[in-house]
Amino acid sequence: MVAAPVGVLALQGDVREHVAVLSGLGVEVVAVRTEQQLAAVAGLVIPGGESTTIARLLETSGMRTLLSERLRDGLPVLGTCAGLILLSRSIVDGRDDQWSFATIDVDVRRNGFGRQIASFETTVDVDGVGEVPGVFIRAPKIESWSESVTVLATHDHGTGPTPVLVRQGAAWGCSFHPELTDSSAIHELFLATI
Amino acid sequence: MTLSSDSSVVGSARVKRGLADMLRGGVIMDVVNPEQAKVAEDAGAVAVMALERVPSDIRRDGGVARMSDPQMIQEIQATVTIPVMAKARIGHFAEAQILQALDVDYIDESEVLTPADEENHIDKWGFTVPFVCGATNLGEALRRIGEGACLIRSKGEAGTGNVVEAVRHLRTINAQMRRLVSADEAELYRLAKDLQAPLPLVLEVAQTGSLPVPMFCAGGISTPADASLVMQLGAQAVFVGSGIFKSEDPERMARAIVEATTHYQDAAVVAKVSTGLGAAMRGAEVASLEQRLAERGW
Repeated sequence: MVAAPVGVLALQGDVREHVAVLSGLGVEVVAVRTEQQLAAVAGLVIPGGESTTIARLLETSGMRTLLSERLRDGLPVLGTCAGLILLSRSIVDGRDDQWSFATIDVDVRRNGFGRQIASFETTVDVDGVGEVPGVFIRAPKIESWSESVTVLATHDHGTGPTPVLVRQGAAWGCSFHPELTDSSAIHELFLATI
Repeated sequence: MTLSSDSSVVGSARVKRGLADMLRGGVIMDVVNPEQAKVAEDAGAVAVMALERVPSDIRRDGGVARMSDPQMIQEIQATVTIPVMAKARIGHFAEAQILQALDVDYIDESEVLTPADEENHIDKWGFTVPFVCGATNLGEALRRIGEGACLIRSKGEAGTGNVVEAVRHLRTINAQMRRLVSADEAELYRLAKDLQAPLPLVLEVAQTGSLPVPMFCAGGISTPADASLVMQLGAQAVFVGSGIFKSEDPERMARAIVEATTHYQDAAVVAKVSTGLGAAMRGAEVASLEQRLAERGW
């Protein structure tokens, strides 16, 4: 199992749920709000929340540069919803000044499945795992991706299958919220790679 | 809940409460036009509340305060990428239907507007869009959750720039939850009666020690220190109304309150962002008010 602590980026969003899932799996968890904390983790979860807010707080807290370096050096990372947006290569139709770490070669559209009224629950079939509950809240939609990206699950919301769980090297991106459900399958997949 | 064509479900409690979970640790800012909405988003707001007048102006102007003009809400939706909330009057389910038709992300059934029904709140279960409601105590919070609210905000006293009522309401809700946790099982039935709250929800709080939905704080927050205070008292996010755009330097105040809400446990950060901010909104003594908005709602 994982030796060093796993961090959950704790600037804004559903931090508590990720901490609860990881703790439940017997992992030592750190809520990361400073560069010192970020420097000490063996893996990182970027939670759901508002990506514009988290991006701004990464800058004001001084963590943007260090996180960018650690991601480039292969820090294992799992981004859910806003976390996926921050890890993406580019943001389609976002704010002009919105940046992302470009860790996973996917292009995402914020709220690509619609506003809150269109938020939905479904089941998602994950390669090698089977069906897991998928909670999509103003979820980002992966519109295009490179061959370097492994698609582990798709969802067809009426417009053809769209990737909703992807992996590229040590980085995992998920457009839904496994942390809001009883299933810890996605977190276990991630932890197995740390 | 509705089943869509691909057998996915919209409007479930998990999806509705889930958006509130995503807002935790953030600041929701009142805005009255697209320019302010942009300032709020730039500063790191997690959502904006679109309304025609901020509470301090509603107080000053008097008259009946109603749902905002749909055009204004749509202009704000077109300007920002973050969630847009809007207010309906207490009990005014037709205003809520309009807001749902406009695709707002959250409806605030709010005491800041003039109530439309002095006995009944909106039956919120029938809506796909989630609702936030205010509460001054645990009984009120659980009644709102019983009616389908997916997020509770302590009411405070809106438009005053005075945090004293927000503190009172947070402390009251917390103390009443602690009382339930420590109660003998046989006492819970009487406590439910005293709180005038649904028994199943009282039993749930007694077991978990917290509300079944997130609890945010509103009403009177006007400095980074206020945000830190209410977060330390157990609020999971803050609503700031008049406090930002009635201050001397709204952009700076907005950024400072965002940072203070994230780093509320780190006094050095709160001190840094509080430095040289300019004047906060002037504010009012609660004892001097003609109308206490927090008393609206039943």
